[in-house]
Amino acid sequence: MHPIVKLVAQRLALGLLLLFAASILIFAGTSILPGDVAQQILGQAATPEALENLRRELGLNEPAVTRYFSWLGGILQGDLGTALTNGRDIAESLSSRLSNTLFLAFWAAVIAVPLAIFLGLLAVRYKDRWPDKIISGVTLTTISIPEFMIGYVLIYWVSIKWGMFSSVAIINDSMTLGQKLNAIAIPVMVLTLVVLAHMMRMTRAAILNVMQSAYIETAELKGLGMLKIIRKHAFPNAIAPIVNVVMLNLAYLVVGVVVVEVVFAYPGMGQYLVDHVSKRDVPVVQACGLIFAAVYIGLNLIADIVSILANPRLRHPK
Amino acid sequence: MNDQLKHLSERVTKGLMTRREFVGRAAALGVTAAVANSMLATAAKAEGPVKGGTIKIGASGGESTNTQDPALTASEVPLYNLRHWGETLVDVGADGSLEMRMAESVEGTADAKKWVFKIRKGIPFSNGKDMTPDDVLMTMQRHSNEDSQSGALGIMRGIENMAVDGDNFVVELSTGNADLPYLMADYHLMIQPGGGMDNPGAGIGTGPYTIEFDEPGVRHGFKRRDDYWDSENRGHAEFSEQLVLNDATARTAALQSGQVHMINRVDPKVAGLLDRAPNLTVKSVAGRGHYVFIMHVDTAPFDNNELRLALKYAINREEMVDKILRGYGSIGNDMPINGSYPLFDDTIPQREFSLEKAAEHYKKSGHDGSPIILRTADGAFPGAVDAAALFQQSAQAAGIPLEIKREPNDGYWSEVWNVQPFCASYWGGRPVQDQMYSTAYLSTADWNDTRFKVPEFDEMLLAARAEIDEAKRKDIYSKMGRMLRDEGGLILPMFNDFVGAIGNNVGGYYDDPNGPLMNNKAPIKCWLTDA
Amino acid sequence: MRIPISALIGLFFTGLFFVMAIIAPLIAPYGMAEVVGDVWEAPSDKFLLGTDSIGRDLLSRMIYGGQTTIFIATAATILSFVTGSVLGFFAAVSGGWVDQVISRFVDLIMSIPSLIFALVVLSVMPTTIPILIILMGLLDSTRVYRLARAVAVDITVMDYVEAARLRGEKIGWIIFRETLPNALSPLVAEMGLRFIFMVLFVSTLSFLGLGVQPPQADWGGIVKENKEGINYGISAALYPAYAIAILCISINLVADWVLNRTTSLKGGRG
Repeated sequence: MHPIVKLVAQRLALGLLLLFAASILIFAGTSILPGDVAQQILGQAATPEALENLRRELGLNEPAVTRYFSWLGGILQGDLGTALTNGRDIAESLSSRLSNTLFLAFWAAVIAVPLAIFLGLLAVRYKDRWPDKIISGVTLTTISIPEFMIGYVLIYWVSIKWGMFSSVAIINDSMTLGQKLNAIAIPVMVLTLVVLAHMMRMTRAAILNVMQSAYIETAELKGLGMLKIIRKHAFPNAIAPIVNVVMLNLAYLVVGVVVVEVVFAYPGMGQYLVDHVSKRDVPVVQACGLIFAAVYIGLNLIADIVSILANPRLRHPK
Repeated sequence: MNDQLKHLSERVTKGLMTRREFVGRAAALGVTAAVANSMLATAAKAEGPVKGGTIKIGASGGESTNTQDPALTASEVPLYNLRHWGETLVDVGADGSLEMRMAESVEGTADAKKWVFKIRKGIPFSNGKDMTPDDVLMTMQRHSNEDSQSGALGIMRGIENMAVDGDNFVVELSTGNADLPYLMADYHLMIQPGGGMDNPGAGIGTGPYTIEFDEPGVRHGFKRRDDYWDSENRGHAEFSEQLVLNDATARTAALQSGQVHMINRVDPKVAGLLDRAPNLTVKSVAGRGHYVFIMHVDTAPFDNNELRLALKYAINREEMVDKILRGYGSIGNDMPINGSYPLFDDTIPQREFSLEKAAEHYKKSGHDGSPIILRTADGAFPGAVDAAALFQQSAQAAGIPLEIKREPNDGYWSEVWNVQPFCASYWGGRPVQDQMYSTAYLSTADWNDTRFKVPEFDEMLLAARAEIDEAKRKDIYSKMGRMLRDEGGLILPMFNDFVGAIGNNVGGYYDDPNGPLMNNKAPIKCWLTDA
Repeated sequence: MRIPISALIGLFFTGLFFVMAIIAPLIAPYGMAEVVGDVWEAPSDKFLLGTDSIGRDLLSRMIYGGQTTIFIATAATILSFVTGSVLGFFAAVSGGWVDQVISRFVDLIMSIPSLIFALVVLSVMPTTIPILIILMGLLDSTRVYRLARAVAVDITVMDYVEAARLRGEKIGWIIFRETLPNALSPLVAEMGLRFIFMVLFVSTLSFLGLGVQPPQADWGGIVKENKEGINYGISAALYPAYAIAILCISINLVADWVLNRTTSLKGGRG
């Protein structure tokens, strides 16, 4: 077997193992939280009788281990179960939330990733001259402002003052693509601004790092143009850290946008998960956690493989 | 001049002119703002409801965990949902009177122990079946039987027996309760076919709308029913949509940019500023809701009444109303009753802010000077953390070592409230004094969050409940209020107004002190003037 | 040695903020929690930046808030860098199962969104400043670990590391003499950003009501306290946001300069 295939297979197996470990961690985490789902459902209106009745109905009196394994059994058969709080089928609610989250992440990534790499290259090309400084300054500013703040400021100007895009990003299946894009325009702007700087700076730093290598010096002595050197020699060798930071940010776009979802009332997974964490609705938290973990592990797998492919030394281990 | 004014006010009702413009023009004609506003109300009424359109509300208080089951409803968004598809036996009107809904009439015996509700006939559920007294009975049973998870279980507890007698639904109590009909207005008690025993979250009821789409935590949509029995008064818009907007800034932005027609819970801090925006009006109504700091009277150091009094004197009520409510509220008197309640005794002296008295009582209490921990959270009530900070400032000035501990919103109602001896909380108020006192201040009450257990108080409460003579009842309630004020564990600095906002194209709005946005009925009772 | 203008500006503001943080009680005109005026008063002689949502002097709160923010962010960044890079280098240089175990464990922690993780932990633990720092530092060290390891892995396959190994050098020597100097520049670039993320993470926690205890506040908390005013042209929420932005930019200008200096030291172009 080719060593790369073997490596990939290894990583995949590890990924699955990791998922399993994550599910235990999340379960244990939610189980040690004070309060339980019955208490949370009834809120301030809880009476001891109502609590006891609800607990019995939801099967909360069973030991934690039993509950965990019955859940795991369901998952292996493709059944995510039903939410304890409102009795809905989790797979159904989750799939629409997940597709919303991916929709938003996709558009933010489509804009942010190429833009970040382009700006990074541009900054290297014009290093220490005004384009570099302006790019650095602007991206630094956007990354330095809390994301809810960027959100509110954009809502105020773009939506209220100029009346351009919707301030509420609620989307649903009956909307056309155009309507959906109109609804998510401001959140996409916010997310782009938030993730841009990190990726752009890492691109810049990684390429600059490579630029100090002897072979770049050689290429320069050969009289190659700056752009060509970056494209042919520096960029391919800087791919590993760039891909790493891009994957980190993609993962962030999927799993870390709770605040943006709150500000724009966007029906994504983050808000869904937070709601259910606070209600101690363990099956939903488990399902969400599993999906987040899968997204994260999958993206990292890609980053790892790309790093391996990009580095000749790793590609051909001695 | 009158014709001109009339013409102008019609323009406002039709949405061609804003209220502010109108008031301005009226002033130019020599009419005061108050008169101008009342003219507007008349014009709106005369214009009559406009049918059709899609009315949209942006509401906070919704989560993706919400259900349509009335028994489990505890926050505002699901409550608006219930109002769309369901109705109760009776409603409490804006003036505190009983309004008959599924019941045609109600009568009680002299000892207030037996109550007979005559049920209306020929009212269809949205599944096509007619509502019967049996449905009523089964609904009530679902909320009161042993397996119940209902939030209404507490108020159903005094009921000894329920039965159907022909067209009537009969309730029998172990001890008399003159206010029983008011209890039946509780929003949990939506009449459902078969009591909702089979499928409590189906959303089938006798209300003006049926559910079109139901995405908890995101949005809920409703379509008007053609066979609704009371279509003159409710269900004017063809469609009604509720967007869940929990973030306050997002909510006001949605109203300002015209994406919704009404919003609930406007932060008092920005209410004045929001009102200046064109095309919308902030609506506030004084109610029975109150923001409180509660002490467990059976736990040290709060078992010492001198210390409790010291804290009560150390809170600057005016400042709280000023800074936390920005004037959208009124000061409290350490008892949960105010002038919005029937039979309120307004001669009970108001407790004043006094650092000297606070210091004096603190000294008398002999407290050892260890920090007194007040727990609070943003979710305890809007501005709770700020209010606690103000309280700490004034308490320190009186030499009381008060310390704040902010708890996460998450788990506040299960881990802090009713568990920790001193924390911030709120009460929504109840339609009548009896219900308020028996929910939280009776020895045996589940929600006795101050651990106030005084047999004498309990006896007075039971006596008042069965007392038919209103003067005597008022007298008993007055004594109870004073007792709670001077000995209770309740620090009640302020009653909050319900503050919401509506677009100027919304017609039919009136103030209802029973709850926010016309007691959560604005979406079904208002209409769009430009529909 | 010539210090470029941008780095001077960065150094100046960074220094200014840190000095203000240290001597906060001496320069703040009013107490941090003292209610001195009306709600959201406009800037005046008496209150240079106006007052906040319950009438406290905004400038004083900003100064004290800066102290809290800078202290928490600095401590957490240091913790995260020390833990993350040491573990990352160690894993990269050791390779084999050590690398696997640490990397998978870090993956496990990272596969749970850090905000959710923080939410869960903070609802069990009391929200004190040490706990905030440890939580943020450790959560963030996973990110530093990934980067440090990725950079170090590239370095460890270099011939000079191979040579050092053949010479029989110890792991510690390889980490500190070969890996660290060569991995420094991407790490320094990252450090500036991590500091910003720390500041923003505290703000986000405050936004969700899990940050520092009132009446104390960090800058993010002050933004949150006053955010309702944004839509009505009240700038109280903007000042702390400016402060965060200025601090973060300054730190990064300094980090950029350090980055260039370290690469110069290596003999490459500046």
